[in-house]
Amino acid sequence: MSDSWNHAVKTRWLITKTALAERLAYRGDFALGTLMRFLPIVTQIFLWWAIFQSLSPENPEGAQLSGYTFRDMVAYYLLTMLGRAFSSMPGLSSSIALKVRDGEIKRFLVQPVDLLSFLFWSRVAHKLAYYAIAIIPFALVFFLCRDFFSRGFPDAVTFCCFVLSLLLSFMLGFYLEACIGLIGFWMLEVSSLLFVYMLFQFFLSGHMFPLDLLPAPFDSIVGFLPIKYLAYFPAAVFLGKIQGYALAIDMVMLILWTGLFFVLSRWIFARGVRHYSGFGG
Amino acid sequence: MIQVEQLSKSYRVYQKKEGLGEAIRGLFHREYKTIEAVRGISLDVQAGEFVAFLGPNGAGKTTTLKLLSGVIYPTSGTASVMGYVPWDRNLDYRRRFALVMGQKNQLWWDLPAQESFRLHQQIYAIDSERFHKNLTELTEMLEVGSLLGRPVRELSLGERMKMELIAALLHSPEVLFLDEPTIGLDVIAQRNIQQFLKRYQKERNITILLTSHYMKDISALCQRVVVIAQGTIQYDGSLTGIVDEFSGSKIITLVLGDEQGVQGLERFGEVQRVDHPRVTLKCSRTEVSKVLAEILDRYQVNDIAVEDPPLEEVIAQLFHRVSSGGASS
Repeated sequence: MSDSWNHAVKTRWLITKTALAERLAYRGDFALGTLMRFLPIVTQIFLWWAIFQSLSPENPEGAQLSGYTFRDMVAYYLLTMLGRAFSSMPGLSSSIALKVRDGEIKRFLVQPVDLLSFLFWSRVAHKLAYYAIAIIPFALVFFLCRDFFSRGFPDAVTFCCFVLSLLLSFMLGFYLEACIGLIGFWMLEVSSLLFVYMLFQFFLSGHMFPLDLLPAPFDSIVGFLPIKYLAYFPAAVFLGKIQGYALAIDMVMLILWTGLFFVLSRWIFARGVRHYSGFGG
Repeated sequence: MIQVEQLSKSYRVYQKKEGLGEAIRGLFHREYKTIEAVRGISLDVQAGEFVAFLGPNGAGKTTTLKLLSGVIYPTSGTASVMGYVPWDRNLDYRRRFALVMGQKNQLWWDLPAQESFRLHQQIYAIDSERFHKNLTELTEMLEVGSLLGRPVRELSLGERMKMELIAALLHSPEVLFLDEPTIGLDVIAQRNIQQFLKRYQKERNITILLTSHYMKDISALCQRVVVIAQGTIQYDGSLTGIVDEFSGSKIITLVLGDEQGVQGLERFGEVQRVDHPRVTLKCSRTEVSKVLAEILDRYQVNDIAVEDPPLEEVIAQLFHRVSSGGASS
């Protein structure tokens, strides 16, 4: 048992290391792409400033929108950026569907390696490479914008919950998009499905605005969806918007959603393989 | 080693018709057609055999390999490879065989092949000593030792195919499925791969099933040929046996005397080529001795050769007969 455990851990570590090496093969393009993702921050700050100015032209800094001041809003936006750095999975679904379509998936059916585990650890490597490059601009942005965090640094328990929510949001984001990609066993092309998902995710994950700005009953409906854990939830935890019992419930829900999509992805894969007819020669 | 009984696989494919109107109609109503890729084939392969699957495009060769490697499930029938049911995809089974599909990359494109080999070592749990021994042996046989550190994307097609073979053989599989291993390669690269496979199979005595369109691959490597057409086995035996069984003709090449004309030769068979003094004649296999006697009697002949028709031609005729519905099964 310990031998097979040891082998499994070593295999995952080697997949991660190899994927990391591959990721760094095009380091120039990768670094540029990573840095470019910080540009929207400026436009978002101006956008929210314009909104708060229209709310209170004399004192935009003092104006509030559902309990959020301008500073809270910028702090929220920066935190959702951090959340999305964990939960977004660019290219995952489409690459799975492509593997099915062009026959590359055969490799994972023939070799003693599990596709989902392989993709998961490859994605861990991608994220690690991303953080290695992005940590400097992230640190710089957070340092420059430190005054926007007017509520200060959260207590230790809240911070631990925040870190845990980021890690779980990575897993949830991975298995959610893996499920969409695995539908490629039936649809071959999942780009439209992915587009619809991205559209919902863009608005309902809290990436564009805090979800508690939504009017009833939409706030409750969105509150039940797993997508909110991809951006809104970690930010709301850090800002102390969700505390105590509500925080515990949400953490349990996040774990359950992650577990559900983990099981669902395995189930779809098993069904998909049965359906698979070996496209691509 | 491999037992196949009445194995069948059919696909349901969407019949897409031409034109925008049909495309829109297809959104609401689709017509499907069932393609029987493999129809009740039975096969028994002994350990250490090198078997070729020969057949036209769409004959069912690759589908058979996919079934035997567990990539797809059959519609009916049974198969056992080394005692395993392939489509159960048991991890122990996966560690004991390999599938190489020409042009399909199992190596990391942007990394040197060496890195992919390391990952294979881990995935297949190959101990360090065996890994280094196998890698050294394979790289020496294929003469690619100096290329191990070069990113795969920078390798030529032939070099990449060699690396694919190394990746497939590192874990010393007992059964190897090769699907068009020399497709797209130039003549030299093809010959290198053929020589390697021949030597490796002989040394390790592994069981190999190969599909190829290149007759040279097959004649260089395989003792046994299984001809598949329209999903069924049309022939299972030696390569030369195909000619005996399916060709009713012989090719006679005559070198005539300097003064000898070619008039009248057409009554002995089909005159295929006249390049005086050399004449090529195709005649019935059963009449070859009679034809030879008559020609020698009536013509001044300096040299004579009797051969079987080219294998490619015999096989092309066989495929044609099958597709026009006249084959035996």
